[in-house]
Amino acid sequence: MKNFIELENIAKQIRRKTLEIIFNAGSGHPGGSLSSVDIGTSLFFYLMNHDPNNPNWKDRDRFILSKGHAAPLLYVILQMSGYFPENWLSTFRKINSPLQGHPNSLKCPGIEVSTGSLGQGLSIACGMALSLKKDNMKSIVYTLHGDGELNEGQIWEAVMFAAHYKLNNLIAFIDKNDLQIDGSTDEVMSMKSIEEKFSAFNWNVLTCDGHSITDIVNKTIEAKKSIKPSVIIAKTIKGKGVSFMENVAGWHGKSPSKIELQLALEELE
Amino acid sequence: MINPFNIGDVVPIRDGFGKALIELGHKNEKIFVLDADLSKSTRSNWFAEKFPNRFIECGIAEQNMIDVAAGLSLMGKIPFTTTYGVFVAGRAFDQIRNTICFSNLNVKIIGSHGGLSVGADGGSHQAIEDIALMNLLPNMKVFSPVDANEAFQIIIKASDIVGPVFVRLAREATEILIRKDFEFQVGRWEKLSEGNDAYLLFHGTIGAEVMKATKILLEKKIEVTVINCSSIKPFDKKMLNEIPSSKPIFIIEEHLEAGGLGSIISTYYSQNSPRKLELINIGDRFGESGSPTELYQKFGFTSEILAERIRASLTDN
Repeated sequence: MKNFIELENIAKQIRRKTLEIIFNAGSGHPGGSLSSVDIGTSLFFYLMNHDPNNPNWKDRDRFILSKGHAAPLLYVILQMSGYFPENWLSTFRKINSPLQGHPNSLKCPGIEVSTGSLGQGLSIACGMALSLKKDNMKSIVYTLHGDGELNEGQIWEAVMFAAHYKLNNLIAFIDKNDLQIDGSTDEVMSMKSIEEKFSAFNWNVLTCDGHSITDIVNKTIEAKKSIKPSVIIAKTIKGKGVSFMENVAGWHGKSPSKIELQLALEELE
Repeated sequence: MINPFNIGDVVPIRDGFGKALIELGHKNEKIFVLDADLSKSTRSNWFAEKFPNRFIECGIAEQNMIDVAAGLSLMGKIPFTTTYGVFVAGRAFDQIRNTICFSNLNVKIIGSHGGLSVGADGGSHQAIEDIALMNLLPNMKVFSPVDANEAFQIIIKASDIVGPVFVRLAREATEILIRKDFEFQVGRWEKLSEGNDAYLLFHGTIGAEVMKATKILLEKKIEVTVINCSSIKPFDKKMLNEIPSSKPIFIIEEHLEAGGLGSIISTYYSQNSPRKLELINIGDRFGESGSPTELYQKFGFTSEILAERIRASLTDN
């Protein structure tokens, strides 16, 4: 098992590769990919039971990237885990690529289900978690959502469902970077306390520093002990790791120029 | 498998659905049924009583229900979701498109109360665009049974298909036209009567009126072939090719003109064997309240109106 310093190095490498493949593609979503890097690193390189040599291993933990626009992050993580060769990364968003603009489970190994239309991943995870319970299987279902994604009404349908069926094998991460495409989450559609909303629906609510692998791991271990479905609200910084991208909504969905990429990579040395 | 009802019985189509689910529940423990607070109306409550551990009540949240079914299918289960067609084909369209069909998931979507048959509840509850919406989607199969026996057959068959399936059911009790030993085949249509003067193609429970119309026409010495087009996607190209191009064809459905069976067949013929078709449908308008009989009268679907329209059309030409 890797120690936390190794994990932080992996996270830094993931940030670099994520920016490189977005630059290479000429489009993609750097902001919300970078904000989720440490959550993704903690899950795939420490917390989750999974086997890149056997993506369909039935006892694996499941991960659904409900915020499908963070696809570049997921691809880099899957590649570095060993799900597919490194040369696939240069095909991201290109014609005939297994690495579609948003994750496509029919084209790329390691992706449980296609996502991209926001708000659906939690419901899918509910179905998986319910099925695992019916079969007395011990796997955990993890999801990753943006905070802007919580605008979608279907999220709250799923929140009700998970609590009703006591799906304590479901752990949802909220990447709370406080930004969405049109501005801050508070300006676009203010939701006030996300914690109180999930609590009111009878979820186990935890918060963490979304850029502290130690905190992410500890809160996840705590969530696994809950008798309720758990949400881990991870405070993050959109564009984390690259000074000129941090907290700028405009970096939600655009590729860096060559100079910007170089500056970013220097910061991520 | 022998179908449950006798020809001539008058049975709600959902009873065939309910019986098929019980049959499947006994045979296959992977079968799960999900409902959105309408289990008594859809007859999924029959399954719920027998197999409570495999019945998932989803509450009034159709979008979530469809994606919960997606999750179940990803774990190897065979989920059947049930609610009114109007609340699933439209309301949960994005979930069906972007999750079920885009990932080609093994989820069965049963839209009950299709067409005008929900009657007095009015236009908000009548699914008259469901076929168009579901037929649009790659990977989807679309079936519209004529009666409770065929509904039984189609549900059994749907469980063997790996991939998404939409089935339109209706509310009213209608006459059983399909014999007990009939076996539904995907992409194959069945002739319910034979005659040389015209071809009547239909899908769904309007078939009972169409068959009555053939008797009225026969009294006027007009003999028609009636084809039950229950497999809408895929449809029966072979049978379409066999219809002589000189013969008048009428396509009858409780559906909007846009995107319905008439539209599907028009597209096919226009590229292969262009011919004139007469489309008998709801047109470009919503339904409204009334008894199903009154609505059939108003929208031109009673056997008498159908027979007269067909007779007049054949005489004019």
